Amino acid sequence: MTALPPKSDVKLGLVIDLDTCVGCHACVVSCKGWNTENYGAPLSDQDAYGENPSGTFLNRVHSYEVQPEQGSAQTIHFPKSCLHCEDAPCVTVCPTGASYKRAEDGIVLVNEDACIGCGLCAWACPYGARELDQAAGVMKKCTLCVDRIYNENLPEEDREPACVRTCPAGARHFGDLGDADSDVSKLVEERGGMDLMPELGTKPVNKYLPPRPKDQGNEIDILAPLLAPVATETSGFLGWLDRTLEKI
Amino acid sequence: MHPAPSVILFSVLSGLGFGMLAWLGIGKPPMTGLFAFVFFFVAYALAVGGLLSATFHLGNPKNSLKAFSQWRTSWLSREGCCAIAALMIMGLYAIGAIFFETHWVAIGIIGAILSIVTVFTTSMIYAQLKTVPRWNHWSTPILFVSLSISGGALMTGQVTVAMYGFVVVGLIQIFAWFSSDGRFARSGSTIETATGLGNIGKVRMFEPPHTGTNYLLKEMVYVIGRKHATKLRLLAIVLMVVIPVAMIGMGAQHGIKAIIAVLSHVIGVFASRWLFFAEAEHVVGLYYGKRG
Repeated sequence: MTALPPKSDVKLGLVIDLDTCVGCHACVVSCKGWNTENYGAPLSDQDAYGENPSGTFLNRVHSYEVQPEQGSAQTIHFPKSCLHCEDAPCVTVCPTGASYKRAEDGIVLVNEDACIGCGLCAWACPYGARELDQAAGVMKKCTLCVDRIYNENLPEEDREPACVRTCPAGARHFGDLGDADSDVSKLVEERGGMDLMPELGTKPVNKYLPPRPKDQGNEIDILAPLLAPVATETSGFLGWLDRTLEKI
Repeated sequence: MHPAPSVILFSVLSGLGFGMLAWLGIGKPPMTGLFAFVFFFVAYALAVGGLLSATFHLGNPKNSLKAFSQWRTSWLSREGCCAIAALMIMGLYAIGAIFFETHWVAIGIIGAILSIVTVFTTSMIYAQLKTVPRWNHWSTPILFVSLSISGGALMTGQVTVAMYGFVVVGLIQIFAWFSSDGRFARSGSTIETATGLGNIGKVRMFEPPHTGTNYLLKEMVYVIGRKHATKLRLLAIVLMVVIPVAMIGMGAQHGIKAIIAVLSHVIGVFASRWLFFAEAEHVVGLYYGKRG
């Protein structure tokens, strides 16, 4: 049923640190790898070795340049995948019931056996988190690696989403955002975790940690006056070199 | 948004077909037997043909029957249910009119209401989307329904009603176009709210996630043909409203003038519907630096 389930206490999701993400795209690759081999239809590519390659990805890393009013611009790498919204518009628009939000942990999934590939859920999503696989004709989206996080056949340290497990910078965190005492909730609290496009009322579960303020490079230390040059006239070898070079 | 031919064909043809069924359902024109058969045949061909063409838009049509199950939340599912209900009830009414020379008034009225509700549900598929500010407005259902009613009037020979209907449609269409220009900007979604980086400074896309294109860009960041939008709007309104009204004014009850009126109107609606998709901007374009 594509009606949203009653609010669950458990809200599994990701916290993505825009300060630490280095834009290496390792999460993109590991996501594509895991999800091609596991849950549902593989993530196909079209013309992969040709002139116009394209393909299905559940996670893509954008890069932005942000120019503050003063100081230098900064580059921010921006991984984006399904935010597992509490008021997920992609779920309620689905005509077949294929798109659903799990009551027990809030993960938004697609039942590919019921999907007709109409694409309306991708239209309803503001974040571009859903892509219709061009080979299978069904809607693909982040599953939060539902086939890893509860998988007792995997070693315990691997029971987290592939993107989180692989991130070399530690920029991705997985946990229960419904539990105020969880590590991810504390991180969000500490760092001022934010929602993307909050004006659309989707109430994303995934949070983004804003980049920490940068050093501006023009700040003058209070000890600076004491470090003023003491020698006003050059002397010795350097003085001689200076005078000689002036003459040439 | 990508103006998929199958979806444009569907919404234009089925809009016209259900508009015809609505008029036939209230007994206008009040005909029976072979004449009734011809009218019902055309109406069904348009409505069913449109619905069939919509299935070409699906990536995985084998699960189509499941689309009738989620009417409690999904406008697309409601559309499917209403369409089938309207076609069945009007089928019953058509049997009465064609074979028994009788008009079952109550059934006809129910069928007429269901036909219009079907067009309304179609329009709500688009109007519900907050992600496409241009569509997310009450003028969308009013435009679709008024087009269907007046187009249906023309097709069933209710020319006077059609003439006044077209004038109203023209005004609604012009209002819909001009009120939707700039609605994206007024919606408040920007690349800054999309990335949450606005409090640092001005955000610009530095590098897209992939060098190639993708489903999102093809489906929702369609930009081809926008530069001709003003000309196409003019063309659409002339074909959809001005020429049919002129033809009716010159007495297009039958014959060549009636054919011109119908063809011109239908082509105009196609142009208008193409623009409806091609001009619509999805907020996901913000992530790709493609908006404003």
